[in-house]
Amino acid sequence: MQLEQGTGASRPARAVPDTVLTPFNRTLLALCVIVAPALAGVLPEDRADVMWHNYNGGDITVQGPSVLVQKRVGESFAFSAGYYEDMISSASIDVKLSASPYHETRKQQNVGVEYLHGKTTYAMGYIHSKEPDYIANTTFYSISQDMFGDLTTVTLGYRRAWDQIYRDVKQPDGEIINDPTFHERADHRGYTLSVSQILTRNLIADFNYELLTDQGYLANPYRKIRYLSPGQGQGFTLADQVYPNTRTSNAASIQLKYYLSWRAALSGQYRFFRDTWGIVAHTIEGNYTQAWRHWVFDGTLRWYRQTNADFYSDLFPYANYQNFMARDRELASFTDWTVGVGASYQFNVPGAPWISKSTANVRFDHLFIDYKDFRNALLANEYGPGNEPLYKLNANIFQIFVSIWF
Amino acid sequence: MSRTTSRRARAVAALALGAALAGCTAPQPWVKPYEREHFADPIMSFNRDPVSSVYLDHVLESREGARGATGAVGGGCGCN
Repeated sequence: MQLEQGTGASRPARAVPDTVLTPFNRTLLALCVIVAPALAGVLPEDRADVMWHNYNGGDITVQGPSVLVQKRVGESFAFSAGYYEDMISSASIDVKLSASPYHETRKQQNVGVEYLHGKTTYAMGYIHSKEPDYIANTTFYSISQDMFGDLTTVTLGYRRAWDQIYRDVKQPDGEIINDPTFHERADHRGYTLSVSQILTRNLIADFNYELLTDQGYLANPYRKIRYLSPGQGQGFTLADQVYPNTRTSNAASIQLKYYLSWRAALSGQYRFFRDTWGIVAHTIEGNYTQAWRHWVFDGTLRWYRQTNADFYSDLFPYANYQNFMARDRELASFTDWTVGVGASYQFNVPGAPWISKSTANVRFDHLFIDYKDFRNALLANEYGPGNEPLYKLNANIFQIFVSIWF
Repeated sequence: MSRTTSRRARAVAALALGAALAGCTAPQPWVKPYEREHFADPIMSFNRDPVSSVYLDHVLESREGARGATGAVGGGCGCN
């Protein structure tokens, strides 16, 4: 497939895969690695994790390593460093429609430091993510405070991110370069409030609120909208997406976890989300964890539903139908389910007395997405534009990792 | 002022004083430290394996419009 250029020339190009997060979301997730262990009043354990991940679904494969190391220094400091890699091979429905299959690698590095003083923990860090057409830099800061006899922990967080967005094009000789006519920027800010509360000797609650704002180029430069053009080609024409330059979102979640007397845990979570693009989403998740001898087993069921963005349409009636137009699947209406199981085995490492504990872990999740207003445009010739079957996605997600405590 | 009204006024004043004093008193931990052993068990952590939960959130958020306030950000003890 070809990516239409502004010059009118058609050159093969790559498309951003639908498994790839916006850089800001990536950094949010990376922050989880760094900041999550920042227990107020308790520094994270000395620990190292090495993981291999694999995602396969919708004609996309994403796999790669992930490494996370956390180390205390003295009584007051803890440092962390991480490396994450996505090796992407994509021929997704979006790629087939408006670009060409491709392979690429995204690499991310992060470092963080925490300082414990009394019942207060200060944390800060830096994340860098780079791929051929996207560079993101993020700094983050947080402060956590234990209170009320350590039954309550309150955390405030702030982050700032700067992205540079490029668009790759393929030269006539096959070389892929950044389009010299395309270079955009996006800035992001995030504010978080978290409260953890021990309710009983067996029950704990966790509340999270997050306000995120984005400004700049927020669209995917590879994906296209389509509009009706009777009598031409397949009956529709592709055109560039036009996104607003700003977005603000609010998300709040509550999670409860209960300890069961047979050394098991049951948890439930609800999250509400709303943004200025008109998306409203609900997430409900349940988890069960069972310890047995050297093993720990996990089971997860997650349900998610969202409405579409105000400016989303699978097929616009005509060109320049409105000022903002998008056809990204992530902005469509859909429901998805995730079912997951995991197992962890604790073992001893002979000849390594400095390792206090070690585990081998596997996890498998299946994701099913049922789109309500995103159609398989590749079948337009067969069904006619606007009458194609709704798209559905099935994906398998596999993780294998080893953790050591030292 | 009638006797009944006077009693009511004293009762209200006593309640107000009691409420004020209660407000000045820090809440007492109703779960004592020695009763929290279950929270030290790793299975009670909201984020037992960060490298795993972060990856899974990465996969899900890449396909969904919602973002933020995921449980993975929080830890078992009110982490960020």
